[in-house]
Amino acid sequence: MVTTGDVGVVGELHVLAVDDSFVDRKVIERLLKFTSCKVTVVESGTRALQYLGLDGDTSSIGFDGVKVNMIMTDYSMPGMTGYELLKKIKQESSVFREIPVVVMSSENILTRIDSCLEEGAEEFLLKPVKLSDVKRLTDFIMSGEGKKVGGKRSQKRNRSDDCISSLSTTCSTVSHPCDLSSLSPSAMSSKKSRL
Amino acid sequence: MDQLQRKLRDYEAAMFQQGFLDDQFSQLQKLQDDSSPDFVIEVMTMFFDDSEKLLNNISRALEQIPVNFKQIDAYVHQQKGSSASVGAARVKNICATFRSFCEAQNRDGCVSCLQQLQKEYSQLKKNLQYLFRLQQEFKAAAGSIPTGE
Repeated sequence: MVTTGDVGVVGELHVLAVDDSFVDRKVIERLLKFTSCKVTVVESGTRALQYLGLDGDTSSIGFDGVKVNMIMTDYSMPGMTGYELLKKIKQESSVFREIPVVVMSSENILTRIDSCLEEGAEEFLLKPVKLSDVKRLTDFIMSGEGKKVGGKRSQKRNRSDDCISSLSTTCSTVSHPCDLSSLSPSAMSSKKSRL
Repeated sequence: MDQLQRKLRDYEAAMFQQGFLDDQFSQLQKLQDDSSPDFVIEVMTMFFDDSEKLLNNISRALEQIPVNFKQIDAYVHQQKGSSASVGAARVKNICATFRSFCEAQNRDGCVSCLQQLQKEYSQLKKNLQYLFRLQQEFKAAAGSIPTGE
């Protein structure tokens, strides 16, 4: 339920999730619905762009423009990767580039994480995605942090201790100012230690 | 009823203890509620369909000459991903080994991994179907308890 008045005080976030995996789409959809988000799930970057009206193919008739508060995309997808989708969105000179984009991946590859963050990803989540990850993200967006001034990028990293890189000593975790309350060292890594 | 409840609880605990399921499965269980009462069964059914398709694809790919290891690796990567997403721990772990054999272009290793994968997957499916059956029994029994007794 969306209330008028203060932005980000009470409202239902609309999240667009992009994943080529049948099973993962089902899980991410449920995770988001469980955290009271409105969810749209698509299976590819191309479909995501179509949905957002960014594919250059949109008829202007009856197209209102879709309001999306966050995009969550898988990294490895056939055709357009999540990284390519991220780039396309961030290249938009409109309200679209301000939408936080979260990249998800089952592979913990430092260079991959870095390039996504460099390109303006809000966060990089390791799969499998958990309820606590989604809660943390939605809380963060709801706190009004959704809008970011160009140039100031989130340096937040989600990386487990077993970074695949000899540069792991240079890994730093810088918390975002608005996020201090919900952030703890264990929350930073979306890979918890397994039983 | 108590006996059934205990049986159910013990069976579920065993599946975790024996490594068939991991914490991610618990995550899925947390996501099940009145608004989505069959969520776990729905996801696992999708996982079964997905896995069977992938295993078939891998099997066929291994019969090709020459073997396309990149393609097989892609399938295994998918299998690993979906296994991780539903908490199918044993299946997921075999996939990791499988990928190394793909990288090494070791056909025998791949064939062996496929067999293991098929075996583990079969066992998991059987166990889960039994678990779901127990849950249904329990639900039915709980539903038929007369009130005011």
